[in-house]
Amino acid sequence: MTVTLLHFIILSFFLFSIGVAGLFINQRNLILILMSLEIMLLSINLLFVAVARYTGTLSGEIFSLVILAVAAAEAAVGLAILVIIYRKYKDISVTQLKDLKG
Amino acid sequence: MTLTFIDCLFYLFSMILILSSTLVITAKNQVYGVLFLILAFFNAAGLCVLIGAEFIAMMLVIVYVGAVAVLFLFVVMMLELKGKTLQEGLVKYYPLALLVGGILLVEFLLFLFRSPFQETPAIIDLPSTASGLTNAHQIGQVLYTDYFLIFQLVGLVLLAAMVAAIALTLHHGRDSRRQNVGDQLKRKASETVHLVKVQPKLGGEKL
Repeated sequence: MTVTLLHFIILSFFLFSIGVAGLFINQRNLILILMSLEIMLLSINLLFVAVARYTGTLSGEIFSLVILAVAAAEAAVGLAILVIIYRKYKDISVTQLKDLKG
Repeated sequence: MTLTFIDCLFYLFSMILILSSTLVITAKNQVYGVLFLILAFFNAAGLCVLIGAEFIAMMLVIVYVGAVAVLFLFVVMMLELKGKTLQEGLVKYYPLALLVGGILLVEFLLFLFRSPFQETPAIIDLPSTASGLTNAHQIGQVLYTDYFLIFQLVGLVLLAAMVAAIALTLHHGRDSRRQNVGDQLKRKASETVHLVKVQPKLGGEKL
């Protein structure tokens, strides 16, 4: 019995589900939402790398590098927005963000 | 059906990975949450090493642990959120959560039973060992040739994110000294420069 691609697919599915569950459990805390997003991106990254390795192609690994860069950019911008929200409301609850509501 | 060493490592890494990411989303103290996130990233890097993607593993550790997680840690420690538990629980959005979970499950089951990956070879076929090149060497060979446009575009995305993050968080307080170009250009020499004839031995007293 060796580790197959299916193992990685199932692992990635579990990880993605944990990320989605995190979105639903902590819906008011912006930091935890961002961390759940990171977990979801990590699971997709793992899946890409695993498929690339098991099928012997390199494009999956290249794309996982792209995902990595986009995850870093997303974290930077998201945390910048979070800092602004904290400066304005002294809190990071998402429920306060309804200024754009007509 | 015996477990090899690689299998044991896979199960160890994936168990810690799932456990720590569960702890991330349930942690009461967010500093602990970020630290568990770092643990999850390390274990994902270990899994990447396990299947022979060493370069990706290095990038995971450098980018995620070195940049993203540290950024999270900075922000968590900068904001004073001690004692505020913001968890509302599943109660309010229970139907929506159930719907999304159901959709995910159906998609996964469809993928599992219809996927073409069921007959993949069980043995990890490493192209790197086959061609005698390391993983980083292989990626470098294609990253700057075949995928050069993507490489440049990723750099552009990072530049945009950097500019956006700086422009969003930079704020000028009341006592920050900035250059006001309009004020500078409005000044005239006749208003600001006084020519004074200084009497000798009196110093500046009669100015």
